[in-house]
Amino acid sequence: MIHSFTKFKEKLMNYFFLLVATTSISILAMITLFLFKEGLPIFEKVGIKAFIFGNYWYPTADPAHFGIFPLIIGSVSVTLISALISIPLGVMTAIYLSEIASSRLREIVKPVVELLASLPSVVIGFFGMVIVAPFLQDHFNIATGLNMFNAAIMLAFMSIPTICTISEDALYSVPASLKEASLALGATSFETIVKVTLPAALSGISTAIILGLSRAIGETMVVLMVAGGAAMVPGSIFDPVRPLPGSIAAEMAEAPYRGDHYYALFAIGIVLFIFTFCFNIIADYLSNKYRQTGDATL
Amino acid sequence: MKASHMTQTPKITAHNLNFYYGKVKALDSISIDFNLNQVTALIGPSGCGKSTFLRCLNRMNDLITGIRVEGEIKIDDQDIYAPAVDVVNLRRRIGMVFQKPNPFPKTIFENVAYGLKVNGVTDKNLIAERVEKSIRQAALWEEVKERLHDSALGLSGGQQQRLCIARALAVEPEVLLMDEPCSALDPIATQKIEELIHTLKETYTIIIVTHNMQQAARTSDVTAFFYMGKLIEAGETDTIFTKPAKRRTEEYITGRFG
Ligand SMILES: Nc1ncnc2c1ncn2[C@@H]1O[C@H](COP(=O)(O)OP(=O)(O)OP(=O)(O)O)[C@@H](O)[C@H]1O
Ligand SMILES: [Mg+2]
Repeated sequence: MIHSFTKFKEKLMNYFFLLVATTSISILAMITLFLFKEGLPIFEKVGIKAFIFGNYWYPTADPAHFGIFPLIIGSVSVTLISALISIPLGVMTAIYLSEIASSRLREIVKPVVELLASLPSVVIGFFGMVIVAPFLQDHFNIATGLNMFNAAIMLAFMSIPTICTISEDALYSVPASLKEASLALGATSFETIVKVTLPAALSGISTAIILGLSRAIGETMVVLMVAGGAAMVPGSIFDPVRPLPGSIAAEMAEAPYRGDHYYALFAIGIVLFIFTFCFNIIADYLSNKYRQTGDATL
Repeated sequence: MKASHMTQTPKITAHNLNFYYGKVKALDSISIDFNLNQVTALIGPSGCGKSTFLRCLNRMNDLITGIRVEGEIKIDDQDIYAPAVDVVNLRRRIGMVFQKPNPFPKTIFENVAYGLKVNGVTDKNLIAERVEKSIRQAALWEEVKERLHDSALGLSGGQQQRLCIARALAVEPEVLLMDEPCSALDPIATQKIEELIHTLKETYTIIIVTHNMQQAARTSDVTAFFYMGKLIEAGETDTIFTKPAKRRTEEYITGRFG
């Protein structure tokens, strides 16, 4: 009697967790379905190729143009420039923390860097607007400080904490015995870092970079605030751009429900989803690929 | 077979060496000389400080936080713990084979070539030549010659151990520190390594840690017995194994403890 009651309770628990798990997963699946359902109709009006590679984004003009190429270029170039800033800074900070800094300093600095990751993006965007934009305007003699470069810097500061902390974990977990082997052969600590520690931590570092960049490419608030918002293919890094997430956020409110503009914005969402999805797949692949297999059988 | 040309030039001298991991004293006033062209075996029960001592000789312990060294170690009459010493250069002259095999996650070839490259050798032919020679010396060539460009992590434990020996030999150091180099090897490979040690003695000063009494007896000219951080006794291997001065040494060698 008692025994079967315990069994019953256990079964009940199992079903409860199953229910919770299926609920959250099915809601996520529904959102994805919804995204495709609301986005795909635009392709009845505009071909996929014209949508992706079209040079003109005039959703409210008559006739309307739904070419998101400038937006894609905006996203990609902002992300690339921010990568050029965040990868070296993030990885080098990680190297400093794990290989050079004293353990006391490391214990102070690492939580601070992690804390940076929790800065709300609206704060970063605000900083870009009121501090960085005027600075750029004054010192580079340009029309507006709200531009691609500003957005790239701000996004870089959003990815650096991710890149730095995950890379640091990867570097720190490289076995001391490998470093010892290198030093014992007469390598300097610098050679050891470059030729042994970094390559051994490569998988973790690549994962860190991809995760950091995927944070930058999906970021909406910052680019909305500081990228300038011009839907054109930029000619210089000081031109304003309109990345994909910023376009959706800026135009959602004014797009008539179930109109072409509305469908087009959801289609942008699909493109963005595919971008970040690929980033995550790559991150997953990289973190599995370089994982060491078969340690010494000792 | 042994001690045929025993010169009495000390290559390394340790004098009153104390070593601490934090507050724990791991070595207690060790004084010993290692002569040029001689093989010295360090023996003693597990945890007695053999590895710690060996790692003092190439300052490998410097990497551990909270350690402290007192006393003096001289190599060619130069105090290696003096502030002016270039540690990188010191380690170039003193090769080490670690207790646990630690191949780089690189190819077999790259593992052995690594030391040459960081020491500034750029001549590809010379590197290839030295790599082959060292792998042959470490009795590994026949097993890996077809797969030099495969990852070293695919080797068995014993093969990795010999690879690490080859890697240390490639840079041709003056002193070779070997921490249980044969612990994972079969009798044939062990015999080859012992023969290698015998040949290398012509040019090198070798210090080998071993738990195998026969190996100590076969390969070394001098044997040093460590016990609980102290050097109990050191002397010619023949003497240590036939009539040791201390009772503990005799007990250990004959297998009555440890
Ligand atoms: N990194 C370390 N930190 C603190 N204590 C250590 C460290 N390495 C070794 N010890 C301690 O120092 C003592 C000597 O260790 P060591 O490794 O030198 O012994 P060993 O003679 O080489 O033993 P084995 O034959 O098992 O290899 C041991 O008590 C060990 O616990
Ligand atoms: Mg040991």
